[in-house]
Amino acid sequence: MPSLDDLKKRISSVKSTQKITKAMKMVAAAKLRRAQENAEKGRPYSEKMNNIILNLSNSISDKENASKFLVGTGKDNIYLCVVITADRGLCGGFNSNICRKAKSYFEKIIKEGKTLKIFTVGSKGYDQIKRQYGSYIVENINFKGYKNITYKEAEQVGNKIIKLFNDGKFDVCKIFYNKFKNVMTQIPQQQQIIPIESNKKEEEKKTDVSYEFEPEEDEILNNLLPKNISTQIFKAFLENSASEQGSRMTAMDSATRNAGDLVDKLTITYNRSRQAVITKELIEIISGAESI
Amino acid sequence: MEAKFQLEIISPEKIIFSDTIKMAKIPSYEGDMSILNNHISIITFLRPGIIKIEKNDGNFEEFFVQDGTIEFFGENLVILSSSAINIKDLSKEFLNNLQKETEEMLTKENINDQDRYILNHKIDVIKEIRV
Repeated sequence: MPSLDDLKKRISSVKSTQKITKAMKMVAAAKLRRAQENAEKGRPYSEKMNNIILNLSNSISDKENASKFLVGTGKDNIYLCVVITADRGLCGGFNSNICRKAKSYFEKIIKEGKTLKIFTVGSKGYDQIKRQYGSYIVENINFKGYKNITYKEAEQVGNKIIKLFNDGKFDVCKIFYNKFKNVMTQIPQQQQIIPIESNKKEEEKKTDVSYEFEPEEDEILNNLLPKNISTQIFKAFLENSASEQGSRMTAMDSATRNAGDLVDKLTITYNRSRQAVITKELIEIISGAESI
Repeated sequence: MEAKFQLEIISPEKIIFSDTIKMAKIPSYEGDMSILNNHISIITFLRPGIIKIEKNDGNFEEFFVQDGTIEFFGENLVILSSSAINIKDLSKEFLNNLQKETEEMLTKENINDQDRYILNHKIDVIKEIRV
């Protein structure tokens, strides 16, 4: 049985933890709204970009000589997996969900006898993956000092990937991130960005439009596809940051509730043992008085 | 009554401009071009320059761009650019930095003629805006 003093200390420590988690929840809620707005604002750009690329790739006649970003290198021996996570913890299963998804995919690639290369974005993912797959990590980058992630940072990551691709360091590139569904649910996603996976449904819809191109189709594509990679990564960043805040909000909400329950329980124990002490003292006094 | 069409200028972060307009003059890759209603469907990209828009009320609005892609289809003109800024919001500091950056890039040896042309053009545009 802990002493009264110990219980008192324990209660106050749980209470201050509760205060912290409550504050974190509020902050996450405020940030979530902004992140969600940003994610929505960013959507038209990537959608339009996708549309243009689809139109272009439809009208390209010479598929054989088309840009490698579109059709791939013709091999699929080396896989580059870009795992995008957060830089901060305390957000529930957010980081581990992406890592778990990515790790199961790594297993698959290794089993198939293909070469795996990993590019981690965000320090939490790096820490988690380094333990098991440290030797496969070729690049890692984090944005710890940044307040807001803008297109510039996405471009930075995109340029690194493009450089690796142009140097022939990999054949297929996949990105892993969390898609924001709602505050409670975030779905870990896997998306292939090189070569581009074309969406068949959209293709059918747009085939009858004929465009004029200036300069030639190939040249536009060569210029546009690298940009598209940065755009896709930026989209993943936006989804990720909304998911991170949502996940943190839920996690901190339940932490606050748990702390409340714990405080209630501890208070009851504290009151009981205080009462027990008083009763014990009374018994001592009474039995002392009786014996006189 | 003049014909109008829809213009959207979109950056990765937000929609910068969205309205119906009368005419847009854009610094396309192979030279400036003006787009009016019923233009042929076209996809092209931009070089550094100024987009000039004639709005419905006859007023003009100007945007500075460094790069981007445009698509005209139906009655919709879409300009995708990661660097479009309304000229009114351009600060001297920003222009100075940009000019310095561009000049630095010009001094590098591994650029081809195409890039050199684009960079030189960018400096010209920056100077033009200053005046």
